[in-house]
Amino acid sequence: MRSAQPVGIAGYGAYVPRLRVRTSDISNAWRPRGAIAPAVAEKSVPGPDEDVVTMSIEAARTALDRAGTELERIGAVWVGTESKPYAVKPSATIVAEALGITPHVVAADMEFACKAGSEAMQAAVAFVGSGMVEAALAIGMDTAQSKPGDALEYTAGCGGAAYLFAAAEDALAVVEASVSHVTDTPDFFRREGAAYPEHGGRFTGEPSYFRHTRAASRRLLEDVGAGPEDFAHAVFHQPVPKFVEKVASELGFTPAQIDTGLVARRMGNAYAGSSLLGLAAVLDVARPGDRIFFCSYGSGAGSDAFAFRVTGRIEARRAGAAVADYLDRRQVVDGYGRYLQLRGKVRRG
Amino acid sequence: MDLARYHRLRSAYYRLEGQRCTSCQAVQFPARTTCRICRARTLEPHRLSGRGTVYSHAEVGPAPRGFASPYLVALVQLEEGLLLTAQLTDVDPEDVMIGLPVEMVTRRIQEHGAQGYLVYGYKFRPILPRRKAS
Ligand SMILES: [Zn+2]
Repeated sequence: MRSAQPVGIAGYGAYVPRLRVRTSDISNAWRPRGAIAPAVAEKSVPGPDEDVVTMSIEAARTALDRAGTELERIGAVWVGTESKPYAVKPSATIVAEALGITPHVVAADMEFACKAGSEAMQAAVAFVGSGMVEAALAIGMDTAQSKPGDALEYTAGCGGAAYLFAAAEDALAVVEASVSHVTDTPDFFRREGAAYPEHGGRFTGEPSYFRHTRAASRRLLEDVGAGPEDFAHAVFHQPVPKFVEKVASELGFTPAQIDTGLVARRMGNAYAGSSLLGLAAVLDVARPGDRIFFCSYGSGAGSDAFAFRVTGRIEARRAGAAVADYLDRRQVVDGYGRYLQLRGKVRRG
Repeated sequence: MDLARYHRLRSAYYRLEGQRCTSCQAVQFPARTTCRICRARTLEPHRLSGRGTVYSHAEVGPAPRGFASPYLVALVQLEEGLLLTAQLTDVDPEDVMIGLPVEMVTRRIQEHGAQGYLVYGYKFRPILPRRKAS
């Protein structure tokens, strides 16, 4: 897909909370001695005063500061998440108010499991590319949910990133094209009122993550007439690092191309924030002229793939906190009990 | 906090919006009907920088109902010279000291029970350490 007018990223910002839990603490609580080591060593955990709204506000402030766009020019804000603080009440209006961009702004929360953030990116490109608004903010952010003792609990992390899309002539990275690939796949779901999501056993992995990621990625490569070797970096959705390593290799990307964007190694899977955070880590080091390959995945299921080309503006748009700064800022919580308390899985009676 | 009051004060709570006097240029927070210096009513909205240093601090424990523990309160001296009382976050009590450079973040400050509304507002945290620009 291509917008009528060329569009790009004018500013970006990331957020990862300060707290971490060691997955060995989770493993000690649930798994027999000698069980295989968890897929990541530690994962990010929100502080007691953090949620998707507060995390989105911080990432978006960085994006807006870097873009330097006048606030009146921002005409849309979407928050893609599967951990909204309210079941009914948009997170996006709180975020918009905190940024000072209300009231003449389109605002809503996007929902599509881990692809909700890239869904917001597609919408932002379309709104700007059609000329309906001058700039649009797309956020992917999660405090990922997992049931105590479930396999997901070893990787469900927290974080995300915000992207301000605007006309290509003001962009630090231009959108070359995008693709969306969806099918009805019951790999992961949560019914209204259920505290934690369920995953649909045999639908995990090959029929879901791999099939959709490969299909969207191959279609995008065809659309832009490029091969994997034409990209400096490739970023994928990151349920566990080995999924990314496998799908990248199947598509013909090298370990060096996925290394920078694979932030899950240090913080786990930030669900709707995962691939957007990986893209932010890549933009933190990308050079003018670099092409960046991006493909999200969300259960239910689908993938959004984007090809970006970095411009000469990138170096002037990196002030403020980098993804690495957030990953370096870490405080390990004192054991599994404290983690359960922070995640609201146990409450004071 | 009362929901109507929270709604009325959201610009101040979410983004530290105060006022600037167009007669004498004084900045004030929170908003008032007249300038604290020259009494003029010619006031326009003005967003504070959100950067400052800890002027004094105290640990208020245990936290009041609906607030997260530990509950650290500081008097923050903003770059603009104003003094502001606020909670500190993302910091352990033993690392707080007078003169600590801090920056504003918007956080949850109150939860009215598991079913009730959430109050968001400003807090301050130590300025995020940054790697040298590459
Ligand atoms: Zn005055």
